[in-house]
Order: sequence, then C-alpha cells, then structure tokens
Amino acid sequence: MDLTTLTYIAVGLSFALYIGIAIWAKASTTGEFYVAGKGVNPVINGMATAADWMSAASFISMAGLIAFLGYGGSVYLMGWTGGYCLLAMLLAPYLRKYGKFTVPEFIGDRYYSRTARIVAVICLIFISFTYVAGQMRGVGIVFSRFLEVELLTGLAVGMGIVFIYAVLGGMKGVTYTQVAQYCVLIVAYTIPAIFIAFQLTGNPIPQLAFGSTVNGTGEFMLDRLNHIVTELGFLEYTTTNKSTIDIFAITLALMVGTAGLPHVIVRFFTVPKVRDARSSAGWALVFIALLYTTAPAVGAMARLNLTETVQIGAVGDPEGNLKFEDRPDWMERWESTGLLKYEDKNGDGRIQYYNDANADFAAKAAEYGWAGNELSVDRDIMVLANPEIAQLPNWVIALVAAGGIAAALSTAAGLLLVISSSVSHDLLKGTFTPNMTEKQELMAGRIGAAVAILIAGYLGYNPPGFVAQVVAFAFGLAAASLFPVIIMGIFSKKVNREGAVAGMLVGLVFTMGYIMSYKGIFIPVLIENVPENWLFGISPEGIGVVGMMLNFIVAFSVSKVTAEPPEHIQRLVEDIRVPKGAGAAVDH
Amino acid sequence: MDEQSAAYWKRNVKLVATLLVIWFVVSYGFGILFVDALNSIEFAGFELGFWFAQQGSIYVFVALIFVYVAKMNKLDREFGVREDDD
Repeated sequence: MDLTTLTYIAVGLSFALYIGIAIWAKASTTGEFYVAGKGVNPVINGMATAADWMSAASFISMAGLIAFLGYGGSVYLMGWTGGYCLLAMLLAPYLRKYGKFTVPEFIGDRYYSRTARIVAVICLIFISFTYVAGQMRGVGIVFSRFLEVELLTGLAVGMGIVFIYAVLGGMKGVTYTQVAQYCVLIVAYTIPAIFIAFQLTGNPIPQLAFGSTVNGTGEFMLDRLNHIVTELGFLEYTTTNKSTIDIFAITLALMVGTAGLPHVIVRFFTVPKVRDARSSAGWALVFIALLYTTAPAVGAMARLNLTETVQIGAVGDPEGNLKFEDRPDWMERWESTGLLKYEDKNGDGRIQYYNDANADFAAKAAEYGWAGNELSVDRDIMVLANPEIAQLPNWVIALVAAGGIAAALSTAAGLLLVISSSVSHDLLKGTFTPNMTEKQELMAGRIGAAVAILIAGYLGYNPPGFVAQVVAFAFGLAAASLFPVIIMGIFSKKVNREGAVAGMLVGLVFTMGYIMSYKGIFIPVLIENVPENWLFGISPEGIGVVGMMLNFIVAFSVSKVTAEPPEHIQRLVEDIRVPKGAGAAVDH
Repeated sequence: MDEQSAAYWKRNVKLVATLLVIWFVVSYGFGILFVDALNSIEFAGFELGFWFAQQGSIYVFVALIFVYVAKMNKLDREFGVREDDD
C-alpha cells in the first residue's frame, strides 16, 4: 500500500476513535462540561494532562529544536517538565480543595473582586488564543505534507473533529479523547525512536542509546556528534553560546509559565479528591517524561543522521559531499513542501551543509571551493522526516502523521475549552448575566467553544506574524500574571484585592511591553533584539521571570499599605490549605 | 487557624521547601549553573552536566512528586485531615 493510503487509514481510524468517545462521553450538566463531573481517575487524568500539555510544539518541533540547539535545547526539556513539581506542590491540591470550575473564578473569589476576575479572564484568553493558533498551524503542516490536501481542507477537518468532541462532550469528552490521543502520540513518537536507536547503536532504548557508542565506530554518540559538527564549523553539540543568566531565566519562565497555564491547571479540577490532584500531577509528569526523555535522543540522532547523510566523506575532500542527484527520496519529498531547500551555490552538483556564519570556518570552506551553505532544513520537519530518514516502513510514517495530529488536536481542545468556560462561566454567569439557568449556561459554553474553534481556525489559516513567538508570549504572560496571584492567594493571607490587581497588571504590562518592543508584535520593533540591548541580559523568551518578580513585589507592597483582606477571605485561605475540614463542602 | 491546622500547614510548607531545594539544585544547579564543572565528569557516555540538563533532572522531577505524594498522604493521616476517612 502506498504511503498516502496508509496515512489516510491511520488518521481516519484515529478520528473515528475520537468521535466514538465523544458520543459516549456527552456532557449533560455544567459540572460535566467544565470539570468532567470531578470523577476522573488520577492516573487517567495524568494521561489526559500529558496529551493536553504536549502540543504540536512538543511533538513536531521540540526534537528538531534540540537537534539544532544541542545543549541550548535543554531549556525546553527542563522548562516544560519542572513546572509539574510547582503544580503538584504549590497549586493543584489547593485549587482542587477550593473546588470551583475555572481559574479566574478562584482569583475573583480569593481577591473578592470582579476586576481581578476579569483581568484574569483577559490574561487567560490572550494566552490560550496565541497558543491555539500554533496548534492549528501544526495540523496544517501534517495535513499538507502527508495527506497532500490543501491547508484549508486540512484545517476544516481538524476543526470539525475538535468541534464534535469539545462542543458535545465538554471537559468529559475532551478528557477521554485526550487519553486516546496520548496513546496514539506516544506510540507514534517512540516507535521510530526505538528503530533509529537500534540502527545507530544496537541499543533499542533511546534514552540509553543516547549515551551508547555508534555502530561501527566505537565512539560515543555525543562525542561523535561533537566532533562531526565542529568539523563543519558548528558549535559543539553539548555546549551553547547563550549566556548562563539567559538559560536560567528562560528555563524558569517556562517552568513557572507551565504552572500558570489555565488549560493545564483546570485538568486538576477534574479529579475526585485533593490527594488525587497531587498524585495526578505525578502521573502526568511520568507520561510526559516518556516523551521528554526520548526527545533529546531523537534530536541528537536526527542531527547525526542528517549530517552524515550529506557529509559522506572527509570534510574538504571534493568527493566528501553527497551528489544532489543521489539524494535520498525523503529529501526530494520534503523539497516539495518548501521546508527543505537546496541551492547549488558553487555549481558542483554536490550538497555542502556547514555553518557559513562562522567566519573562521567560512574562510576555510572557501579554500575547499565551497560558496556558502547550500542546504536549509526547517527544524519542524526533523521528527516528521525521521522515519523516512531511517528508512522505516510506511506504516510507521503514517503513524507519526496520526501522532502529530493527535498532539495538536488534544492541546487545541483543552485550550478551546478553557476559553469557552471562562466566557460562559466567568464573564456571562459570573459577571454580566448572573441569572441564567444551568441549561442556558451550558448552551453558552457550547456556543463559546464553537466560536473559539472558528477563531482558532482563522488564526491557523492566516497566522498573525507572531505565531512563531507564541512560546515567549504565552509562557511569559502566564508566568507574569496568573502564576503569582494564585500562589499568593494560597500561601499568603495578607495579599489583598488592591495588591493582586496591581500586581497582575504590572506583570502583564511589563512582560507584554518587553516582548512586543523587541519582537515587533502588533507594533514595529522598538529595540533591536540582540543580547547587548536586553535588560539584565535576559531575552524576551525569559523576561516573564522579571515580570513575575515585579508582580510579587508590587502585590506585597500595595497590600501592605491598603486594608487587609476581610475576615471571611482569610478563613477561606485557611480552609483551602487543609484537605478535609470546615471548608470541605465545596462540591457542586 | 486552630493549632492543629497551623502545625499541619507548617509541616506541609517545610516539606515543599525541602523538595523544591532539591528541584532547584538538580535543574538550575547541575544542569545550568555548574554545568561546565560537571561536564568534566564522564558518566555512561555522557558529560554529566549535559546529562542532568537533558535527562537526569526530568527523572528527579518525577521522583520528587511521588515523594511529595507519599509524605503528604502520611501527614494527612497523622493530622486526621485525610478526605473520606472519618
């Protein structure tokens, strides 16, 4: 069977599974729509959280990023896992004890302020929409490469599927579909990794192959990689040229941002008990770690495979580079997507792939008769092209396509759901039309989800210029706005309404302003985005950390000089700190 | 806050603080701040600092959460605040 047919079968079967689950798990109350009736087993919730969390960026882009960044890619590995320790220990159990439906609802109640709630809703909607646009782009890439359909058709199909299970099933439908999606994506991710690890090192476990010797060389994989890439003028794989403070700040911003992302937090509202919220975070990280410890091995192996495919002999030897006409089929296939480009700059019909930005090496390259780097590879294709590079059977490639779509759809659904619940529950029921019945609220939630899907689809089709920067934006904002107010709401009884609102606004405005002025989002670039211009040497990706600190400082200072929170709020804080007790009656 | 709850909270905060110190040391310490020093140590085919940054810290994170879960469950029982057992 040819690849396209197999891919249609794999993707089609996975879609049928998701729709089947949606019909089985239809939500009939707001409790089921918002938090799956708080009846989800902690291990199952862990799995759903893993799928919710691991987006198209984790599945499609991350290993490729690491392949080209080497040690520098560690910020994503630590940053996107370490946040679960914060979630488990600082947020999830207390928010579950509080037992409401949304993150802004907790903020509004704890700070006895409608303003605080609305500011939180604005942060949430902004974070979630920037994030969801990236997912839709992922769906588009997979569809256009593997199913050879127009981007618009691909998007429409993806939106249709999410529509069915998110609008009908609400959180309940999303939860059980995410479990299925996790299974699809983890199998799709690990199978090619196992094959490639075995081919390269004889050890099938990627995490161990990563530290094994490469077949036929007796050289450790990372040592070999270091020497091959430095020979071509690239930076040593196990080092970085980023400053330590920037690596530190980015890692911290990603960790704290993870813990402040509403679509992740809300997953812990769906388990029955406080202790389930704790263990569920542990299970989530187990399921995430399966992919996240595989990804750096995949990245290193992909880089090695790519480099050795092109550089077949000694560097500088005219015979040492692959002839363009001899290039493998996968390169040819990816050229048609425009994500892989070859330009024969020196007209020798061979592919030179090296770092021409390195002045010393470029001079040496000129002596070899090389006229510049001739191959550009979009990092987003590394994972998707991996099975083809390793010449794995077509069904593996089809599975990877289904996995990529699963990763994108599961995250998109989680995001769309928090957007719709904050509109129907926080804005309508909680603020503007408090008299609506449960049935009306449920309908509003469904309409909200449907509208959000349409906007997400539009953003996926017409990506605003900043889609590539969503990481910086979404995480920076979550770190600077939502995370600090939630933490202070639990760990301090003294932070009050005025402090929280001022803190959130300062954190938000500072972080947005910084990212916008360096990256030119919505406005022209105000300051050139180079390390010399950064505040404390911290790049826009890591600036959320400074925003977070400002938020804490402002909130504590303002709270000091304004009136203490009322007595019942202080009691509320005491209640959420203890799993059982006076405040246990908060189950709808 | 009654004395019992205050004592429970204090133990909880202390446990979390201890675990987060370890969390910080393995990731920010071993993986970032002291990565160069640790990289001079070879460990099973890896430079040790690099291994912590791309593998080791993630394993430690998982372990930390399960230690937290076990210790908190014990603490809940000790203070009689575990849900559903009266």
